[in-house]
Amino acid sequence: MASGIKDKVVILGMGCSKFGERWESSPTDLMVEAYEECLTDAGIERDQIEAAWFGAGIDAFNVGSSAMPMSIALRLNYIPVTKVENMCATGTEAFRGAVYAVASGACDIALALGVEKLKDTGYGGLPQRTRGVENDMYWPNLSAPGAFAQLASGYRAKHKVNGDDLKRAMAHVSVKSHANGAKNPKAHLQREITEEQAINAPYIAEPIGLFDCCGVSDGSACAIVTTPEIAKSLGKENLVAVKALQLAVSNGTESGHASWDGSYLKTTRIASQRAYDEAGIRRPKEEITMTEVHDCFSITELVTMEDLQLAGEGKGVKDVLDGAFDAEGSNPCQIDGGLKCFGHPIGASGLRMLYENYLQLQGRAGARQLSDPKLGLNHNLGGFPHQNICSISIVGPYG
Amino acid sequence: MKGITAYGVYLPRLRLNRQAMVEANAWFDSSLKGLGRGERSICNWDEDTITMAVEAGIDCLSALQEKTLSGLNLASTTAPFVDRQNSVLVAEAMNLNSQIRTLDIGSSQRAATSALIAGLETARQGNQMIIASEHRRTKAGSRAEMLWGDGAAALTVGDDEVIAQCLAVATNSVDFVDHYRGEGSDFDYDWEERWIRDEGFMKIVPQAVSAVLESAGRVAAEIDHFILPTDQARTPAVLAKKLGISPDAVVDNQIASVGVAGAAQPLILLAKALESALPEQLILLLGFGQGCDAILFQTTDRIERCRPDCGLSGALNNGREETNYHKFLSFNNLVERDIGKRGEVDKQTFLSGFNRRKDLLTGFIGGKCRVCGTVQIPREKYCVNPECRALDSQDNFSFANQPGTVLTWTADRLTFDWSPPAYFGMVQFECGGKLMMDFTEVEEGAIDSGSRVSVHFRIRQFDAQRGFRKYFWKAVVES
Repeated sequence: MASGIKDKVVILGMGCSKFGERWESSPTDLMVEAYEECLTDAGIERDQIEAAWFGAGIDAFNVGSSAMPMSIALRLNYIPVTKVENMCATGTEAFRGAVYAVASGACDIALALGVEKLKDTGYGGLPQRTRGVENDMYWPNLSAPGAFAQLASGYRAKHKVNGDDLKRAMAHVSVKSHANGAKNPKAHLQREITEEQAINAPYIAEPIGLFDCCGVSDGSACAIVTTPEIAKSLGKENLVAVKALQLAVSNGTESGHASWDGSYLKTTRIASQRAYDEAGIRRPKEEITMTEVHDCFSITELVTMEDLQLAGEGKGVKDVLDGAFDAEGSNPCQIDGGLKCFGHPIGASGLRMLYENYLQLQGRAGARQLSDPKLGLNHNLGGFPHQNICSISIVGPYG
Repeated sequence: MKGITAYGVYLPRLRLNRQAMVEANAWFDSSLKGLGRGERSICNWDEDTITMAVEAGIDCLSALQEKTLSGLNLASTTAPFVDRQNSVLVAEAMNLNSQIRTLDIGSSQRAATSALIAGLETARQGNQMIIASEHRRTKAGSRAEMLWGDGAAALTVGDDEVIAQCLAVATNSVDFVDHYRGEGSDFDYDWEERWIRDEGFMKIVPQAVSAVLESAGRVAAEIDHFILPTDQARTPAVLAKKLGISPDAVVDNQIASVGVAGAAQPLILLAKALESALPEQLILLLGFGQGCDAILFQTTDRIERCRPDCGLSGALNNGREETNYHKFLSFNNLVERDIGKRGEVDKQTFLSGFNRRKDLLTGFIGGKCRVCGTVQIPREKYCVNPECRALDSQDNFSFANQPGTVLTWTADRLTFDWSPPAYFGMVQFECGGKLMMDFTEVEEGAIDSGSRVSVHFRIRQFDAQRGFRKYFWKAVVES
């Protein structure tokens, strides 16, 4: 019987580049920026890293395929480097590879780094790209907001929610995140917005308006992980340990079988329950102190709160409007500003979310610092509501 | 000789207001003001000769008890493929069997009547379908643009359960060049209207009419429905008078409501006549172009019992006014629109991949699991039912005629679409399958979760770089 990942691996150091429209910076520049901060934080020599996992999402607009771009950019010492890609869960996948390598005993110290250069396309939004030879022949040309707008219509129909109420709750999600992001110097967007602005913004894909969408940015984030024993031997204190790492991938049931009604994210429900079991969490709403979830669009965050059991099914609108997920609420969400303010450089996002939890747990989050953080949950959702990859990671104080 | 056993019609829903056309173009040619009455049918961006042919063919099949066909001929001067048999594509979209004889017939405005004559004269058993479909491009601000329309009609001919018996056929083949479209040309080049009337219609048509009447042993005064397809509004009546045909018999070319649909016009008007004909009436159908075809029919007592689902009256009632002339220009590629970088993505079709998925892409075929009975689309190796997941357990199951409802939807203003916003969403079919699909013909505010939809064969993408176009099925919200 597998014992799970809980407390087997700790974070030795982390780094995160400034996110934004980094016109002047190449992917190499971004990687080095995150890596140098991470190395300094970890307090090790770079040749102590024995293996690395490299996350990058969209080859055509980023660094190209394979692990070589990272090995070359960081001048790694011919160590094994593995390229991973799993849509928006890519950053967490890189982290998972490094954590599993250390947990297995195959190496002592491993690196996970994600990077994405999205602003070389020449237009706003995520790059238009192929979905494979066969899918391209019959899938709608759905954009990301178009895909996630489906969730809003499914949720509205299932729970008989008034469209105006849902729109207001979505606006609250954005207003809250922008208020948080305004306190974060590494965020792309650091300006607060009003509910009125969010509601009246032009539609991108009904009912998703401009401020219901996350930004599109360049960025990189990375982590160095090791065993608790090695971290202690290096003099590290306040160790942040991995409590759970789970992934659930759609198998076509949602998109092709009548059992899914389009109102929730099946993978999130499955992955989060597995993660709670792995971390020994029985009452998520009481035990999870903070969440960094995949708020690609405000409706995603609202529904995700229910799927993570942090709001009752069909109660998300009320809880959001009641401020349950605000910085001062019972379960603060996107305390760093989230995807809304950081944008979503695909390969980097999972590690960027982890970076905030890491800082919060070490009491280093500056103006955003929560009073008594205990367990932090990160959630990524790659793909579309009807066909996606969900990753969940939970971190907390070691032991 | 054989006769007609069923008929069907398809007209694009969009009807462009002619006053809007005049307002856009009269600054250049004030004579257009005289043509500004009514409206004309226009293809949506995702419709063409093929998609209209499929719709007309399906409508025609709806009136037949026995739906097995022995042949399918497609008549058109605007078939999208020069070398890829268009009629085969139509047949596969209609899920007809692969033993069917198929043929494309073009190059003339009487392509449809010539195809019909060939069908009537064939010795082959069983019903044979003739579809005529036309989507002609015209120069901006031209008379043709004002008077023409887009549309399709389909007929089946056979020996059994005939609704209109063919009494005689005749052809007068004359290389009279009233207009032409040369190789590599997008548009017709035509000559003076009055000359076409006096030297063309008035001289060529009477010879064919005389021949067909003589062959059948009938006289002109007996004709109840006289069909002369032309964009010359007054010529049919003038010719009828000259031939001794009653003015009441003249079938209106519906220029005011649809426009003249080129090679499809003879069959559209024949469908119109059949819809209103009583038993034992005579219908004279002409096709004019490099001569004249003449076909004389006599309706049977089955005529009033054979009605397609839509027919011409249904198609006429299904129209939706469009007043944006620029949209028409864009849909017909008559203006170079800035489509944005998202529209620049390469649309190449990988033909081997297409061939593997042809059942799905052209026929809209899914699967039904023999183990658990779950209906699904697309059909994959393992059953989609999470409780089953049986391997290679599915039989073909057609979704082409399956009704469904909208589960989720959106109007996407970010993605590229020729007519934004792009509507798409999850369709739950009543039979149990489910698919994320494009919606077409959506009227703002008329779609929501729970809306009922039907599915239709449409253009999905153009690959302008390689002259190819992809087709797939889209959902249309039922009004």
